[in-house]
Amino acid sequence: MQSSAKYLTRKGWYQTAIIAIIGGTYILGSWVLNFDNLSGLMAVPRAFGWLGINFQPTAKSVEYLPKIWQKLMQTVLLAISSTVVAAIISIFVALIGSKVTGINGFVQLIVRGIASFFRNIPLVAWSMILLFSFKQSDFTGFLALLLMSIGFLIRAFMEIIEDEASETMLALKATGASYFQVIFQAVLPQILPSVLSWILYMIENNVRDATLVGILTGTGIGFIFDLYYKSFRFDAAGMTVLSIIIVVIGLELISNQIRKVIL
Amino acid sequence: MLEVKNLDKSYQKDHPALTNISFSVKPGTFVAIIGPSGAGKTTILRSLNQLIKDDNGEILLDGSNIRSANKAQLRKYRRQIGMVFQNYNLVERLTVIENVLHGRLGYKSTLAGVFGRYTQAEKEEAMSLLKKVGLEDFALQRCSELSGGQKQRVGIARSLIQHPKVILCDEPIASLDPASAQTVMQLLKDLTEEYNLICVANLHQINMAKKYADQIIGIRKGQLVFDEAADLLSEDILRTLYDQDITKELE
Repeated sequence: MQSSAKYLTRKGWYQTAIIAIIGGTYILGSWVLNFDNLSGLMAVPRAFGWLGINFQPTAKSVEYLPKIWQKLMQTVLLAISSTVVAAIISIFVALIGSKVTGINGFVQLIVRGIASFFRNIPLVAWSMILLFSFKQSDFTGFLALLLMSIGFLIRAFMEIIEDEASETMLALKATGASYFQVIFQAVLPQILPSVLSWILYMIENNVRDATLVGILTGTGIGFIFDLYYKSFRFDAAGMTVLSIIIVVIGLELISNQIRKVIL
Repeated sequence: MLEVKNLDKSYQKDHPALTNISFSVKPGTFVAIIGPSGAGKTTILRSLNQLIKDDNGEILLDGSNIRSANKAQLRKYRRQIGMVFQNYNLVERLTVIENVLHGRLGYKSTLAGVFGRYTQAEKEEAMSLLKKVGLEDFALQRCSELSGGQKQRVGIARSLIQHPKVILCDEPIASLDPASAQTVMQLLKDLTEEYNLICVANLHQINMAKKYADQIIGIRKGQLVFDEAADLLSEDILRTLYDQDITKELE
């Protein structure tokens, strides 16, 4: 009784100390950088005001819509195709690399290494590196998104396999089923909903990222935004951003519906 | 006839999980393995179909040693040994009948198994087994929609379609309510007699073991302390097995 009360008191002190350290770091940081908190805070509404005025699509910017729409669809399709190809590659790599279905410890280590290598190089860096070999084209963007997605999906799929399939896998192994029978009859059907859910998430994510990649590789919606922005046609740039937001929200709604049906 | 001779297993050096376990079971016998948690019950059960590789000893099924089998031979032994799990271990997204048919995979070519091609005879047998466990109306329902007791009966049907000589049950009723537990135990006992099976079940419920089992094996700290007919299980033995009085459980 005594010791548990003591433990809770100590825990309270720890929490206070942690909050004090975080707050202290902030104050110290703004003092060192001469950051004026008040005017920083005041600038936020002004910045949004400026955005609202300058980036507001006008009646004139509607004429940009067909061009924007065409490029946007190009970008969405790029995101979808790169995600789907990445998913197909990742599922096989995840199967040979996961702890429950994997071949051996060495292969598992290599797969983990590859996944973390692809994942931990930023998307921007991938695009820049690939630009040298593949020039300014849609294919460069496709490859950058593909490599990044592979890194994420391998890791996600391996964890899904380990969490969801190990028990059924054991049951089928006990019936005398062979490795491939177990994979196709137990593991894949069992993990399918989670895998689809991750693929849908990755598509949404890649549509957003494709915009950034487009700025760097000079393709798709990113290029158009960059073009309007740098030629001071802010209303058209605003229109572009608005279109992206609408499409991304639309995709999210669709994939939520798909999730509801499959899960 | 299932014979286990001098089985040893340790997960860590100098910490034996099983030492020198020997027992034998005749066909048509329902055996319950009882003992405290961590005594080694699951290790025994899983080494019987070599899901866990033991260190030393012999496991003989009708005279042939499972332990020394190579991969292809092991598959042939495993298909004669059905297994029922505490968490049912069904593919929840598939239908009941698909899960039952999974029990046939050990008999099929890899390709036919991968694509789930089953013969008419196999499908008919699956249906008749579902009828036997009382689930013929659920054949086309997803397993995720079933209750725990129903799932366990699907698991039993899946092991029966293997035409097994042995059925291993790893805590078959630990996740079930008392009524479903009685149904499942009664089913296992009836099937043992009907098919002349060897049924080995890990149990925590001593009253269930006493009521349904023919033979009881008691395990304590990896050692076999009791192996007799179920009627001979006494309070004294339970006291040594669990290190405390558990008279109430017997009644």
